[in-house]
Amino acid sequence: MNAIAPVLQTAPRIALVGNPNCGKTALFNALTGSRQKVANYAGVTVERKEGSFTTPEGRRVQVLDLPGTYSLRARSPDEEVTRDVVLGRFKGEAEPDLLVCVADATNLRLVLRLVLELKQVGRPLLLALNMFDIARHRGIEIDIGRLSAELGVPVVPTVAVRKAGTADLLKHIDTVAVELAGAASAGANTWHEPSAEEVRATHREADRIIKLAVRPPTKPDTWTTRLDAVLLNPVAGLLILLTVLFFMFQAVFTWAQPAMDGIKAGFDALAAWINGAMPDGILRSLITDGVIAGVGSIIVFLPQIVILFTFIILLEDFGYMPRAAFLMDKIMGGAGLHGRAFIPLLSSFACAIPGIMATRVIDNRRDRLATIMVAPLMTCSARIPVYTLIISAFVPDRTVGGVFSLQGLVMFGLYAAGILSALLVAFVMRRLVWRGTVEPFLMELPAYKVPDVKNLVMGVWTRAKAFLQRAGTTILSIMILIWFLSSFPGAPAGATDPAIDYSIAGMVGHWLQPLVAPIGFNWQITVALIPGMAAREVAVAALGTVYAVGGAGGGGEENVTALMDTLGHSWSLATALSLLAWYVFAPQCASTLGVVRRETNSLKWPLIMFGYMLTLAYLASFATYHIAASLGWA
Amino acid sequence: MHLSSRPAVSDAPAPDQDALPAPALTADARPLSRAAKGEVGRVIRVGLDGAPHDSLDPDELERRLLEIGFVEGARVEILHEGLFGRDPIAVKVDDMRVALRRREAEAILITAWQQPDASGATPRAVAEDRRS
Repeated sequence: MNAIAPVLQTAPRIALVGNPNCGKTALFNALTGSRQKVANYAGVTVERKEGSFTTPEGRRVQVLDLPGTYSLRARSPDEEVTRDVVLGRFKGEAEPDLLVCVADATNLRLVLRLVLELKQVGRPLLLALNMFDIARHRGIEIDIGRLSAELGVPVVPTVAVRKAGTADLLKHIDTVAVELAGAASAGANTWHEPSAEEVRATHREADRIIKLAVRPPTKPDTWTTRLDAVLLNPVAGLLILLTVLFFMFQAVFTWAQPAMDGIKAGFDALAAWINGAMPDGILRSLITDGVIAGVGSIIVFLPQIVILFTFIILLEDFGYMPRAAFLMDKIMGGAGLHGRAFIPLLSSFACAIPGIMATRVIDNRRDRLATIMVAPLMTCSARIPVYTLIISAFVPDRTVGGVFSLQGLVMFGLYAAGILSALLVAFVMRRLVWRGTVEPFLMELPAYKVPDVKNLVMGVWTRAKAFLQRAGTTILSIMILIWFLSSFPGAPAGATDPAIDYSIAGMVGHWLQPLVAPIGFNWQITVALIPGMAAREVAVAALGTVYAVGGAGGGGEENVTALMDTLGHSWSLATALSLLAWYVFAPQCASTLGVVRRETNSLKWPLIMFGYMLTLAYLASFATYHIAASLGWA
Repeated sequence: MHLSSRPAVSDAPAPDQDALPAPALTADARPLSRAAKGEVGRVIRVGLDGAPHDSLDPDELERRLLEIGFVEGARVEILHEGLFGRDPIAVKVDDMRVALRRREAEAILITAWQQPDASGATPRAVAEDRRS
């Protein structure tokens, strides 16, 4: 073996292929460590994970973690990526020099069929038997020499979660790299989409090989059976799932709060310091109200995202996700959603942004899009300040039926309206717009595994980084745009009205007034809604500004009370209820639209979302205002 | 064993494949979708034999079921059922577990499971032997 291998100048590229749940991502993490990058494949919403590592002989190797699949016969956009990259026909992706098929050594039957299919591609191929330690522990004996001979493919055992567990694989890659450098191009590609009979034939071949090379476990996995007896029990399983969800929701909702408050305070302090250190002017305003407020409004979501993804990755690695989908499938299916949609939707009660990011657990594109589109209808925590303000100003604080607070009931009604409308919209999308394409629910329930801490940290870190890089840029630019609209042109000298009145936002507000008159909004509300696009709760501060309560952009408890009084006097109950109805539906969050743009990789979906939510909001407000007015509440 | 020679297996009508649906017509053959929790069976046919399916192209459904391990001769056992309408179902397929809806399970025909002989032969091997 030539240690220096001068022939191979460019870094060899390998692609990891395998069944879902085979530990492919764990192996990818073990190989690359933190040298990985997450982005989207060009033109599709499929996540692209690439990394690099250095072999013992000093070769730098690029590695691509392809979406899991049972066959090259692609059935989803994810699997199409896998097929096209493997076949070397994905536009903009270099052809892989070596395919590494990753197998769960405890569950070989289906992956051997995949290996037989991959062999037809004619590229150098290697089979990595991952979780080899667990297989051995269960008494599964794999004759590696025999397996390799029968398959005609080199076979290497790996243990992704253990140090040096990939040593054999790295050594092999070095050997292959030398061979590659000397060899001509890859062999002929004879792959074609297999027919049902060909799938049966490869199954028989895989079975034949397993009979020759693998001795079945002497100690079968009884843990999975025992856990499933409880976790998949129709009643106990659902109760446990609801408990897990409740705990998760609580964690995202409350645990994140101190960190979010801290981040907010930090950015406020920074802005205050700059306000003190810089002379008043446009530049100062851009830095404090545009950039710092904008960056702050992105980073403030980070604690929620970290907590949510810690839970999601733990549940995924443990093997619980497919079980949860199993338990929820019938319930979600009624609305035309996939069983896996409930985690994203639940997270959206805290904030639609982590919720939309969590839709990645849904494989099917249409199911995922439907979930993304309804996620913002779940009442997120940013609506709470607005709801609280209006409810306490307009809904009398009395009890109904002796036990329920009327204010609490209205709050509950707003939550319920959000959930019901989400289910309705999902139903319309999945059952009327995309009719006849019900995705079958067909998924493996993998054996339970103890989650690996390193894998968890890597996963959360990747998510957090992706959020900051990808959503951050979009959100920041929208924030600066909104700042610009609310600040220019400035108030003339000696002006008595609040500065925002003279800005573009103020002008647009006045201009839009005739349009929103039918739903009972006055121009002050309309003006406040424009900076409120930055984030829903900003509308509260903006209302304060427009009504000139508490001076320039002032917050604080006493100001909110003063604002409540002002609103109570200047709005009718019908207007207040109309604004509440508006907030259930309105796409009042630039960050959400930014994330949808990034996650769907298109401008079309955020525009559709904006359009349909705006329409619903207008209709709901219109109906609410007129019903309330006819009841004499105008 | 060269894969390039493989298509020949299916191109030429393999006699054992053609013979396969025949035993399906035994008295106790029925779709997996009608099996109850705890039932054990052997898959005798996958696919709807050209009959339409309400969610997927039948040929696509057949291949998906095959790819996830529902193949003629496999041992299946209903492990769990959902709360509402006893749907979906969790099925043990040989040595792995798969969740699916009863609607898709319609395309899998099973027959009562007979214990294979004590020689340790796999269920599928028994099925193969029976076929040949």
